[in-house]
Amino acid sequence: MAVESKPLLSVHDLRVNFRLDKHDKNSGFAAVKGVSFEIPENSTVALVGESGSGKSVTALAILGLLPPENATVLPGSQILYGGRNLLELPKSALRSLRGKDISMIFQEPMSSLNPVFTVGYQIAEVLRLHMDLTPRQAQTRVVELLNEVGIPDPAAKSIAYPFQLSGGQQQRVMIAMAIACNPRLLIADEPTTALDVTIQKQILELLAALQDKHRMSVLFITHDLAVVGEIADHVVVMRDGEIRERGTNEAVFSNPHDTYTCALLQCRPPLDSRPRRLAVIEDFMDGNCPAPETEVSKRGLSGSEPVILEVRNLGKSFYTREGLFGNREFKAAHGVSFKLPRGKTLGVVGESGSGKTTVGLTLMRLHEATTGEALFEGRDLFLMSKAEFKNYKRRIQIVFQNPYASLNPRFTVGQILSEPLLIHGIGGSDAKRTRLVNELLEHVGLPQVSYHKYPHEFSGGQRQRIAIARCLTMKPDILICDESVSALDVSVQAQVLNLLQDLQDEFSLSYIFISHDLAVVKYMSDQVLVMNQGEVVEYANSDEIYLRPQHPYTQRLLNAIPKAGERIRGKISAN
Amino acid sequence: MNAPHPAEKSEPPHPLLELWRYFCMNRGALAGLGIVCLLLFLAAFAETIAPHAAAEQYRDAILLPPAWQEGGSSRFILGTDPVGRDILSRLIYGTRLSLLIGIVSVSLSLGIGTVLGLLAGYFRGVTEIAIMRLMDVMLALPSLLLAVAVVAILGPGLINVMYAIGIVLLPHYARLTRAAVIGEMSKDYVLASRLAGAGPLRLMFDCVLPNCTAPLIVQATLGFSAAILDAAALGFLGLGAQPPTPEWGAMLASALEFIQSAWWVVTFPGLVILLSVLAFNLLGDGLRDALDPKLKL
Repeated sequence: MAVESKPLLSVHDLRVNFRLDKHDKNSGFAAVKGVSFEIPENSTVALVGESGSGKSVTALAILGLLPPENATVLPGSQILYGGRNLLELPKSALRSLRGKDISMIFQEPMSSLNPVFTVGYQIAEVLRLHMDLTPRQAQTRVVELLNEVGIPDPAAKSIAYPFQLSGGQQQRVMIAMAIACNPRLLIADEPTTALDVTIQKQILELLAALQDKHRMSVLFITHDLAVVGEIADHVVVMRDGEIRERGTNEAVFSNPHDTYTCALLQCRPPLDSRPRRLAVIEDFMDGNCPAPETEVSKRGLSGSEPVILEVRNLGKSFYTREGLFGNREFKAAHGVSFKLPRGKTLGVVGESGSGKTTVGLTLMRLHEATTGEALFEGRDLFLMSKAEFKNYKRRIQIVFQNPYASLNPRFTVGQILSEPLLIHGIGGSDAKRTRLVNELLEHVGLPQVSYHKYPHEFSGGQRQRIAIARCLTMKPDILICDESVSALDVSVQAQVLNLLQDLQDEFSLSYIFISHDLAVVKYMSDQVLVMNQGEVVEYANSDEIYLRPQHPYTQRLLNAIPKAGERIRGKISAN
Repeated sequence: MNAPHPAEKSEPPHPLLELWRYFCMNRGALAGLGIVCLLLFLAAFAETIAPHAAAEQYRDAILLPPAWQEGGSSRFILGTDPVGRDILSRLIYGTRLSLLIGIVSVSLSLGIGTVLGLLAGYFRGVTEIAIMRLMDVMLALPSLLLAVAVVAILGPGLINVMYAIGIVLLPHYARLTRAAVIGEMSKDYVLASRLAGAGPLRLMFDCVLPNCTAPLIVQATLGFSAAILDAAALGFLGLGAQPPTPEWGAMLASALEFIQSAWWVVTFPGLVILLSVLAFNLLGDGLRDALDPKLKL
């Protein structure tokens, strides 16, 4: 932990307004409402909050990167760095600060690297701009930097293009670029959110090591309180543009005095117990920190439940052309077998590229299966004719990951929900269909006025509710949730998980719950299937897997979960 | 970001009424609509509005300058052309033909091109190769040459000129649509619709096409001017509107030699073409925005 000293950067009463309508000068939206905090030298400060909390806007304000056409920083706001107010600096002075004294890494490494230049060239660009190095010196420095951020074979990788690197390596390159000029302050905006758990752990460790070695400060922005528990010295919790809580890591995690901080910590499904329902933000906002739910739901199978879907030896290979005649086989999934009982949940866990999504899509016959069979009530889905499958199709539905892409932007919610009804001739008349749709909206907890609205008028969580409702229109037996809650904020995630739980109880749906998030899978599932590189490495009741993981890969996954959340939860329940 | 909703109405307004409301918020689009309406009005009532007949030649008033210039006469407000016809009247009568050429050839190429592009983008594979290579061949030929060839096959005449221009412009729309469709096809909502059991026709026209309209509308409004000018070029070559038919493009083409000595003969047809293209462009922009639910508050 760092020794307290003069702050490196201090934000004082920062207020940022966004103009929503370019014609109307008065249509303001206050994104940041008077935020003050300090970043001491040589320490890590975590800025935590959900989407819309103003955390990224704060970071952009520090770098002077707010969009000038609709963002205004209100007078009185100050961002002091080295005795100068960054908000009043001329553009040229700011530009020389950026990348040299203050640098930034972003959430999506793939889209933050320019795809047409080699990574070496992109790192060298920073060096040329700020350090005045000759090309040869710059090249040596690039290799040094790549080596420092832990990229194997740095000399060869420096002439690689971004698409030739994995997500974790791309993020390492971004970090190398950010530390190229030995900045005093590194701003990391959700640097691990798009990465797998094991990679996330590596990147966090790398950031911590670099921070220590270069004696720089890190402003770490994230929505996940558990992540920062391991690396932050100070924690600032934001909500709706205001600071809810601020303090040292110890103080915030061991004795949170703000209810919102409590809520954030408790919305995450715990690993060690399984409450009936997850706490949602609303439970906390009346001012008190309720004790965690004590009623525990039982999960797991006894073995005698009626099986609705049995998959045997499912395999899917993709072929890439190689040479003139050669075909290279890539096994996206093979030898996958499981049984899914009615009204139960099968969790599928794995990192990106493990083949978990392929299994889901193959079951819906969006990919032709290469081997294996899928017995749905005793009949093989893969052998059915197209016409026959059409009747079964509606009984298996899928909820996608990205609620922003999965709804047709040109349709109203009513149209989206009645489309399947129309196609399958359910409901008969328009009036009856409208009634059915309204019933569904009520089921997923959306108001009736939603019927005439367009998807973009809804938040991520609400859109995911709409997507779930669309699946329910066809009264499916099996719902495949493909990373359905991964893109949502922690508190919204809890709401959607509760909804899925309720729907399962009501309609006795079977879920195939695909996710990279072990805590969520553990919470939802009766059985868990752990996949790695297209193969099933472990398949057992969920408590079994979490208590006694057999396969080394499963153990590695479990170890990579940030444990800060558990720590605090233990303390709250002890009080 | 959720914009605050002023008043939650229980019954939403009729879709057309709503479209009109959003359309009106764009002043440029309203101006465009106004000009287009004016042009349509001129076309419909040309006989009563025009001070002279389109083909009548006044031998005493050859190449008369506009009324406000020295030597101009209030009889011919915008002056006369080399054979003594009133330019204003010819412009008014020309509205009919030029608008017709623009509208017919643009809708022809837009309609067919969009469907071809949609088929190519949706089915990919052999269908795509067949359609897109054909389009590439058409793009490779100089457009005027291709149009001349088409007119030569169909025979000269205004209607055939419109067909020819429609065919020449068609590959642009096919290419644009295909690119947009391929982009949209990979989105999850298309997959979701397919999982709901939607057939290819519903997927293509109901689900994907409305999401591809933005570039098409812009291209169509720009294509309008291309159509008028191409028609003029064909007329100049003796394949389109024949003198003395009043048509803007033909008026422009036939008066090129006077650009130094009598500016008004060339300038006014050019201005009218510019104005109408601008109007259609503004109208198209406004329509694109009004049709996009994402831009609504």
